[in-house]
Amino acid sequence: MFYREAGQFKSSYAADQQIFPIRQDRIGIAAILIAAFVAVPLFGNEYWFVAILIPFLIFALAALGLNILTGYAGQLSLGAAAFMAVGAYAAYNFQLRVDGIPILVSFICAGLTAAAVGIVFGLPSLRIKGFYLAVATLAAQFFIVWCLTKFPWLSNNSSSGVISAQRIIIFGHEFESAREKYLLVLCIVVLMAMMAKNMARSSIGRAWMAVRDMDVAAEVVGIRLMHTKLLAFAVSSFYCGVAGALYAFCYLGSVEPDGFSLDLSFKILFMIIVGGVGTILGSFLGAAFILLLPIFLNVTLPWIAELLHLPINGATVSHIETMVFGALIMFFLIIEPHGLARLWQIGKEKLRLWPFPH
Amino acid sequence: MQFFIEVTIGGLLSGVMYSLVALGFVLIYKASGVFNFAQGAMVYFAALCVVGCVDKGAPLWLAVILAFIIMVLFGIATEKFVLRKLVNQPPITLFMATIGLAFFIEGAAPILWGDTVRPVDLGIVDDPIAAIMDSTGMLISTFDLAAAGIAALLVAVLALFFQKTKIGRALRAVADDHQAALSIGIPLQHIWAIVWSVAGFVALVAGLLWGARNGVQFALTFTALKALPVLILGGFTSVPGAIVGGLIIGASEKLAEIYIPPVLAGWFGGNFGGIEGWFPYVMALLFLLVRPEGLFGERHIDRV
Repeated sequence: MFYREAGQFKSSYAADQQIFPIRQDRIGIAAILIAAFVAVPLFGNEYWFVAILIPFLIFALAALGLNILTGYAGQLSLGAAAFMAVGAYAAYNFQLRVDGIPILVSFICAGLTAAAVGIVFGLPSLRIKGFYLAVATLAAQFFIVWCLTKFPWLSNNSSSGVISAQRIIIFGHEFESAREKYLLVLCIVVLMAMMAKNMARSSIGRAWMAVRDMDVAAEVVGIRLMHTKLLAFAVSSFYCGVAGALYAFCYLGSVEPDGFSLDLSFKILFMIIVGGVGTILGSFLGAAFILLLPIFLNVTLPWIAELLHLPINGATVSHIETMVFGALIMFFLIIEPHGLARLWQIGKEKLRLWPFPH
Repeated sequence: MQFFIEVTIGGLLSGVMYSLVALGFVLIYKASGVFNFAQGAMVYFAALCVVGCVDKGAPLWLAVILAFIIMVLFGIATEKFVLRKLVNQPPITLFMATIGLAFFIEGAAPILWGDTVRPVDLGIVDDPIAAIMDSTGMLISTFDLAAAGIAALLVAVLALFFQKTKIGRALRAVADDHQAALSIGIPLQHIWAIVWSVAGFVALVAGLLWGARNGVQFALTFTALKALPVLILGGFTSVPGAIVGGLIIGASEKLAEIYIPPVLAGWFGGNFGGIEGWFPYVMALLFLLVRPEGLFGERHIDRV
C-alpha cells in the first residue's frame, strides 16, 4: 500500500551516500519544503504565523540542539533555556555594540557565544555523567539567568534586564511582518536541520552515539572522549543560542531573563522525550506536539467542563495542562521510549505490509 | 563576629529543611536506585493534603494521619503504575520518568486541594528565644530550633527503623544488592512500595515544617530543588551525608548572600542580591570536580 524502497539501485557512492536515499522520501521532503516556503506564506494568516508557526520552528530548533546533546551524545541537560538566553542577549549586544554588523552575522556570533558558554558548563561532563551532570546543568540554568538579571551592562542598563530586540534588516530590506519573519526563521531552521542531519550521519554523529552507548568502549576504539563531549556541548549550545536569538528577535520582540526559566528548559526536554530521543524528525514532532497540546486543551477543556457541568477557570486549565504533560512523559517513557518519531516509523512499516500482515 | 555567627546559625537551621527533603531522595535512591526528582513535588503534595483536610474541618492530628495514608497510597500507586513498568530501563529513563511524575503531582495537587497560599499552624511560635537574646544578643527562633529537633528525631526514628525492624533489614538488603535480596525471598516490589511510603512520610514532615514557615505554596517545589546540591555534597546513598550536606548548603548560601554581593558591588557597582538562588548549585558543581562521590558517598560511582 505504502511506498517501498525495492527496485531503487544505487550505482555510485554519491548516490549511495545521499541524505535521503529513497526517491519517495525526497519527493516527500520536497513537497513539505514547497508547502512551507510557498503555500503557507500565501495562505497563512497573522495568527497562525505569530502564535503557532514561528514558535514551532524556534522550539524545534532548540529541541534539535538539546537532542544533539541528550539524544545523540547522551549527556542529560536541564539548562537548554539558559543557553537560549545567552543567544538572545548576545545577539542583542552584538547588534547594539558593533556598528553596522549584519543581523545574520550577529545571530551566528550569538550562537558562538552560547557555544563558548556551553563548553564551560560542559567541562564537568568530563568527570561525571547521568544525573550528576543534570544537577551540574541546573547550575548553568540558575547562574546564567541570575547574571543576565544582575549585570546591567548585558541588557544595556534596562530595568530588571528586559531587552527589546532591534529591527531585522537584511540587505536593506526590513523584516517587519509576521510573514517575513516566518520565512526568515524557516530558512535558518531548514539550513540548521540539514546541518544537524548531516552531522548525525557522519563521523561526528557516530562518535556521539558511541559515547552515548558506552563511553569506555568508545574510548577503546579511539574516540577522543573530551573532544567529542565538548563538541556535543558546543554544537548543542550553538543551536540553542541561535534559537534563543530568533526567540527574541522574531517571536517575542522583547524578552527578560526570567522568561528563560527552568520551566522552559523542561519544556524543551519534554519535546525531545515525546518526539523521540536521538532523531532529527523527533525534535520537530515533539515541538509541534508540546506547543499544540496547551492550545488544544485550552479549547477543549472548557467545552468538556460545560458538558459535564463542572466549574472550570484559567488556573484549573493550566494545572490540568501541567498534569497532562507529566502523564504524557511517563506514558511515552513506559509505552514508547523512542517517542513519536518511532511511532511514525512503526506506522510506515505497518502500512508497507498492509493489507497482508505477513 | 557576632553577626557572622548569627547568620551561620540561621543558615544551619534553614539547612535542616533542605536536609529533610534530601533525606527522602536518599531513601529512594538507596533502595531502588531511582533518582526521584519528584521528591520536591511530594513535599508540596503532602503539605497540601494536610491543609486541604484542615480546610474541610478535620483537626490537625487527623489531617496529618489522613495525609500520611494518602502518601502511602500514592507510593503504592507510583510503584505499581510507573516503576514496575520501567524495570530494567537505564537510570536516566527512570530519572526522566520522575520528572514527569513531578509535573503530574504539581498539576494534580492544586486541582484536588486548591491553589491558594495557606499556612499550617503547628502551634510552635516563630519568635526569637528571649534567654539567648538576652545573654548573647543573637536572634534564634524557637521554630527553627523545634524544626531542628524534629529533624533529629526523624533521623533517629529512621535509623531505628532501618537497624532494628525486619522491614528495615530487608530494605538494607535490597539497597545492597537487588538480585541477592530477590534470591533470598525478599519481595522487591513490596519493598519499593514501602520505600516510597517512607519517603512520602519524610516529605510530609518536611512539608509541614516548610508550610508552617512560609505557607503552603507552589514555591515549595522550587526550594526543594536545592536538595539536589545537598545530595551531591553529601553523597547519594548516605543518610548522614544528607544531613551534613544540608547544613553546609544552608550555612554557605546564607553566608554567600551576606558577604559576596558587597564585594561584587564594589567591583562592578549595582545590586547583586539573590546569590543564594544559584550558589548551592555552583558550589556542588565545583565540589563534583574534586570529590564526585560526595562527602559520605560510596566510592563506587559512574566515573567517566
